[in-house]
Parts: sequence; C-alpha cells; structure tokens
Amino acid sequence: MIEVKNLIKEFDGEVVLNNIDATFQKGVVNIIIGKSGSGKSVMLKCLVGLTPPTSGEILYDGRNLIGMKTGEIRRLRRDIGMLFQGAALFDSRTVLENVMFPLDMFSRKNRRERRKRAEFCLERVNLSHAANLLPSEISGGMKKRVAIARAIVLNPKYLFCDEPNSGLDPKTAQMIDELIYDITTDFAITTIVVSHDMNSVINIGDNVIFINEGIKEWEGAKTEVMNAANEKLQDFVFASDLFRKIKEAEDIIAEDEKEVAARVEASKKSDKIIK
Amino acid sequence: MKIIRSLDSVGEYALLMKRVLSVPDKFGEFIKEFMKGIYALGVNSIWIVIIISFFIGAVIVLQIALNIDSPMLPRFTVGVVSREIILLEFSSTIMCLILSGKVGSNVASEIGSMRITEQVDALEIMGVNAANYLILPKIASFVAFMPVLVIFSMFMGLSGGYIICMVLGTPSVETYVYGIQAFFTESFVWYSILKSMLFGFIIASVAAYFGYTAKGGALEVGRASTNSVVINSILILVTDLVFTQLAMG
Repeated sequence: MIEVKNLIKEFDGEVVLNNIDATFQKGVVNIIIGKSGSGKSVMLKCLVGLTPPTSGEILYDGRNLIGMKTGEIRRLRRDIGMLFQGAALFDSRTVLENVMFPLDMFSRKNRRERRKRAEFCLERVNLSHAANLLPSEISGGMKKRVAIARAIVLNPKYLFCDEPNSGLDPKTAQMIDELIYDITTDFAITTIVVSHDMNSVINIGDNVIFINEGIKEWEGAKTEVMNAANEKLQDFVFASDLFRKIKEAEDIIAEDEKEVAARVEASKKSDKIIK
Repeated sequence: MKIIRSLDSVGEYALLMKRVLSVPDKFGEFIKEFMKGIYALGVNSIWIVIIISFFIGAVIVLQIALNIDSPMLPRFTVGVVSREIILLEFSSTIMCLILSGKVGSNVASEIGSMRITEQVDALEIMGVNAANYLILPKIASFVAFMPVLVIFSMFMGLSGGYIICMVLGTPSVETYVYGIQAFFTESFVWYSILKSMLFGFIIASVAAYFGYTAKGGALEVGRASTNSVVINSILILVTDLVFTQLAMG
C-alpha cells in the first residue's frame, strides 16, 4: 500500500501539485487521470522519487520515501517496477537481455536460473518468440510488453505505469490494460497507472483519482466515474464524443426503463381494479 | 548570471563525479561495460590516431627540415626537434584535442540519448546507480587505453617523418634516425602518457556530464555534444599549460 499525505510540488514558485492526499491499495489498479499538464506525471515522478516534492509524505507500507538516504531509496526501488511512456528499453541489448538486466544486477541466482526467469516473464507477456530481437526491430506495443516483463522480473511490490497506452492502437492498448490488470491481481501488486485514456479507466480502473490543475478533485470506482457529480470530472470524461454518446444512450435506456416500470405499475393497478 | 551558471555547472559536475567514482553495484557488469568501452572508445580510435599522427609527423619533419636550414645547426637537429615535439605535445595534447571531438561527442550523445529516452530514469528506478553504471566504465576504459593510443601516435608520427626523409632525402634517413635517438630522455615518454591519461579522464568525464544532464529532445543532445567538445578543448589546453609548468618547469 502507498499513502500520500499533503503532497505539494512547486516549480519556481508555481504550484503543480497542491496538497494531495491519496491511498493506493494493494492488489488493485489505481488510475490517476487528468488533462495534459494537470500534474499527474509530476505526481508519478514524485511517487517514485525521480522528482523531490516540495513537502508532504509518501509512505511505502509505512516507510517514508522523503528523507530516506540514497542507499535506502535504492533498496526500496528494487521493489518497484516501472513502465515508462516510451518503454525506455536499452537499445543495445536484445529483448531477453533487457528483461534479464535487473536480474543480472541484483539477483544472486546463476545465469541459467536468471535466463529461465526472464523467459518466464517474456512468456507471460506472449513475447517468447521475440527474445533475440533488438528493441529497434519490434513494434511499439511489443516494446511496452517487454517493458512490463522487465518491470515484473524481480517480483516487485509496486508497479508504476506512465501513460501505458499512448501511441497504441485500441486493440493493443486493451491488451496492455488487461496485462497490467492480470499482473496486479495475480501477484497482489500495488499498481498506479497515470493515464488520460478513459478506455483504460473503464477497463481496469479499480480506484480512480482525478487531478485537475494540481488539485485532487475526485476519487472513486470506475463504475462511479460516469455519474459523478463533479463538474470538472464530467467535463473531462465527456470531452470524448464516444463517452458522451454512451452517456446519452444510458440516459435513454434509464428513461425507457422508468417508463416501462411506470407502465407495469399502472397495468398492475388496473388489474387490481378489474379484479 | 553566466558566471553563476558556470559555477553551478562546476558544482553539478563535482556531485556527479562523487556518484560516478564509487564502488560498482555489480563488478561483473562493470567489467562487461569496461570491455565495451575499450572497444568503442579505444580500439575504434586507433585508425584516426594512426592516420593523423602519420601525416602530422611527416609535416612536422618537413617544416623543420625546410625552416632550420643553418650551417650552425647539424642536420640531425631535425630529428631531435621533431621527436621532442611529437613526444611532448603532439601525441598527448594535440591527439587528445582530436579525440575530444571523436570520443567526447560519442560519449555525450550516447548518454544524452539515454537520458532523453528515459533509459537513465529506468536504471534509477531499478535501484541502479545510473551515473556509476554508465559513466565509470567509460572513463576507466578510455583512461586505461590512452597509453596505447599515445604510443601508437608517437610511433606513427616518427614513422611519418621517416617516410618523408626517405622520399625527399633531406635530411637523410640515417641522419633522421640518429636525430630521433640523440639526447633521448625516457621520462618524456612517461610524462606524455601520464598527461594523456589525465586528458582522457577530462574528455570522458566532461562529455558524460554534458550527456547526463541533457534535457529535452534530439536538439539538446546535439547541443550537449557540441558543448562537451568546446569545453573539453578549453580544459585540455588550460590543463596542458598548468601540467607542463608543474612537471617540467
């Protein structure tokens, strides 16, 4: 579990994150959504310690990241897996070598066992056939899957994903979403996904946090997103034509259901009168 | 404002070097990267060293032979002077100025590209000391290979002079060979090697600093690469002056 308390981040006096409080539970997919420039990527960077926050607390199972010594942060990071927006694979290494890299650095297993573990992770993301290819020889979606395999190879407790679906077609994006969801539930990982893709929210968002201009505006489950009372969230969600139409269709269905229920009620009453 | 920014950069460089010059996380991985560095930065530079040293050596001998044409000076002076120039300055300082272009831009652009594509962040997130993992093997391999390059350069420079003497015949080959052996001071070779190793450290570390701190996109990587060559050249010249005064003065 990761807890964020009173998180503030300023750049040259400009507040980018304003007093954010949040709790990210284990074994569920937590999604941070918001417009471009709303501060969600900065929040992710603060959470993993790549950008130091101005003030606040970030607790990894009770251990505060802020104020940790460099050695402690490095040890903590061995429990963290991260999927970067551009996958961030090492260009000069093959797919298998990329996945093996964290094991080469930190595992005490012998080479055969390390290789076996890396191959298992590649199989998990359905990329066994691409093991000997270089990152330049595979597609964007495959790169993301390799990055996921690399992120989970050390059995992390925490998984961070920065815009996992950016630049992918809807089918591949859905595949990546499902992979993130399965890994989170299978291995009981605390997963935090930063996204502006509403499809991801509807697909896998167990817990959704909406950030607008550095302020946490709303938090809830994916089922509540469409009907939330928050005006800014509504603006964000229904900026998509597809979601607007879905909402309209849902409203029509709800109206119809009400009408049918009213008719049923009326016919029941008339039946009683006739009887 | 520029002075403050420069001081800021010096501080940043010092802090980066503090992270770089620490014990590697995994020695086996360090050795792998070290060997890659030996090949990419050292072995791949041999050809440019050979070609430049050969021709500049030939030109040095030619210029001296043409300009020191006095009955007061013996002809073997051409060999003596050429040797001292090649040993003391050309094979260390001038060769390093050239290598700062080749190796410096290579290191800055490689690390800079890794920085802007978040590969450096990926290393940090894994818990790897990215500065140490990426930069230390490059510095160590380049400094370690520097003596090889300097000795190649000395040999090829003197060979260039030999060939020009063979072609033009003035001074004769025998006189030139006598000249390059006359009044030979062995310590000059060690001085040159030591100096080039110091320059090797400057070239690799400064270039790595510019690459590591690159921000933005491809344009910034190019700018970091150019800046590293400019700053390296200035630092090499200033260090040469100070080192020469300290060691020979």
